[in-house]
Amino acid sequence: MDEIQKNLLKEVAALDTLPVGAYNIRSNGQSAARNTTASIDIVTKEDKPGIDIIIKPGTKNQSVHIPVIISQSGLKEMVYNDFFIGEDCDVTIVAGCGISNCGGEDSRHDGVHSFYVGKGSKVRYIEKHYGEGTGRGKRLMNPTTVIELSEGASMELETSQIGGIDDTLRVTKAKLAGNSSIIIHDKILTEGDQQAKAEIAVEMDGNGSTCDLISRGVAKEKSFQEVVIGIDGNAACSGHAECDSIIMDEGVIVATPRLKATNVDASLIHEAAIGKIAGEQLMKLMTMGLSEKEAEEMIIRGFLQ
Amino acid sequence: MLKLENISFAADGKEILQNVSLTVDDRFVAITGPNGSGKSTLLKIIMGILQPTSGRIWLDGEDITELSITERANRGISFAFQQPVRFKGLKVRDLLELAGGKGKDGGARFAHACEVLSEVGLCAKDYINRELDDTLSGGEMKRIEIAMAAARGTKMTLFDEPEAGIDLWSFQSLIQVFEKLYQETSGTIMIISHQERILNIADKIIYLKDGVVLEYDERDRVMEHLELDIHPGTCAVLQKYQENCALGNGVR
Repeated sequence: MDEIQKNLLKEVAALDTLPVGAYNIRSNGQSAARNTTASIDIVTKEDKPGIDIIIKPGTKNQSVHIPVIISQSGLKEMVYNDFFIGEDCDVTIVAGCGISNCGGEDSRHDGVHSFYVGKGSKVRYIEKHYGEGTGRGKRLMNPTTVIELSEGASMELETSQIGGIDDTLRVTKAKLAGNSSIIIHDKILTEGDQQAKAEIAVEMDGNGSTCDLISRGVAKEKSFQEVVIGIDGNAACSGHAECDSIIMDEGVIVATPRLKATNVDASLIHEAAIGKIAGEQLMKLMTMGLSEKEAEEMIIRGFLQ
Repeated sequence: MLKLENISFAADGKEILQNVSLTVDDRFVAITGPNGSGKSTLLKIIMGILQPTSGRIWLDGEDITELSITERANRGISFAFQQPVRFKGLKVRDLLELAGGKGKDGGARFAHACEVLSEVGLCAKDYINRELDDTLSGGEMKRIEIAMAAARGTKMTLFDEPEAGIDLWSFQSLIQVFEKLYQETSGTIMIISHQERILNIADKIIYLKDGVVLEYDERDRVMEHLELDIHPGTCAVLQKYQENCALGNGVR
């Protein structure tokens, strides 16, 4: 692996060396390294590009890293990764995609991650998108995440895309059985003329299911962001959605929360706010010695923390 | 030493400050006066938040009139706002470490942040990682605001009505913060206050009314002319300026 690839790996998965536990590193369309453990198996799909990650019931305190890195300009790929998580597990999954494009052709990674989470299992999922490079070729990503939570399962997702990606459509869909819960924290920063669209849709089908969806976006310069957050309450459930955005320069933000209830015991709330950085916030930090630009950076860093 | 020379400020055709000239070389100066007398405007002009319509400001012999807020902050002026600002995502520790972190490593910065929180009566363990958002009450925000200004330990610290919104916290603790700042820095503290107990610890008092300095003298001499009437529980002080009473102009 060269320096560019190593740096991408560090950005998307915070990895300096090979991780502990199970992993599959995909580099320029090929599997570059793989490790399986006694309780986590990774198998290459035969009918289409991608892998199956099979986690045995009762697997606790283990992690799986599946970063994807692309440093070859013009590479386009579509990958399907399926996660089969047994009952009563407690695992952390670190995904993420980094593209370095110094060439003139567009590089593109589209991925579909499907999660089948067994009864009572707990999953933490971290996905980071990163782009770099000075080439004219665009860096494009379109990830789709499909989640099915069984009775009593819970999943927490932290997804982020802080600049660097020219065009993205991110789709997240989840179906919740009884007493299951999902928390999604999505962070995005766009700049230049980047375009980002996110659709998050959660269907709460089981009694006692809960969801908390929090989206924070910052649109700088001439970038465009659109976020659609939808919750369907089809049982005695409770759901909360929050879209909070900072708009700067000539940025455009469209935020659409959508709630649908088909059960009288569904309790659903949404909040949405778009605004610029408050002048008094800048002023406060300037009285502490920061320049206006440093103050702005600190406010954005905090907002996306 | 801070020197204000013929400072005037007008907004929307109204004169808020008129030819204010002051030299502040004492350690603890309180500014008092009726609402709308120009007290906050005066402090904001010193910090650079507002630009005077005319006049000059000097800090230790340097003309700082044209300097930005940032430049003044870096020359040693700090400001505690009357209405603290909230930030989504930024934590108490982020701002306290920024305030008191100069020249300290990570561990020392954190320890200092915890120490100043305790001084304003907040348990560091419970507050250090809280976000400075709507989950904090007005009183909590106010104490953190005071802690941030004090944590900078600069040669000039300006407090705009620090007592306003301080609810259950003992007033004595607030005074201890000022006393500690007084002892630890060799700088100047300027406080806008209506509270007799704060005025009582000042070296000098500035009495402003209608944008004009009516008195600026040793505490006891100014206090003789102020008749203070404290309403328990409200922190409000009704001030009567004897001269006005004598002229039959009534109360503020």
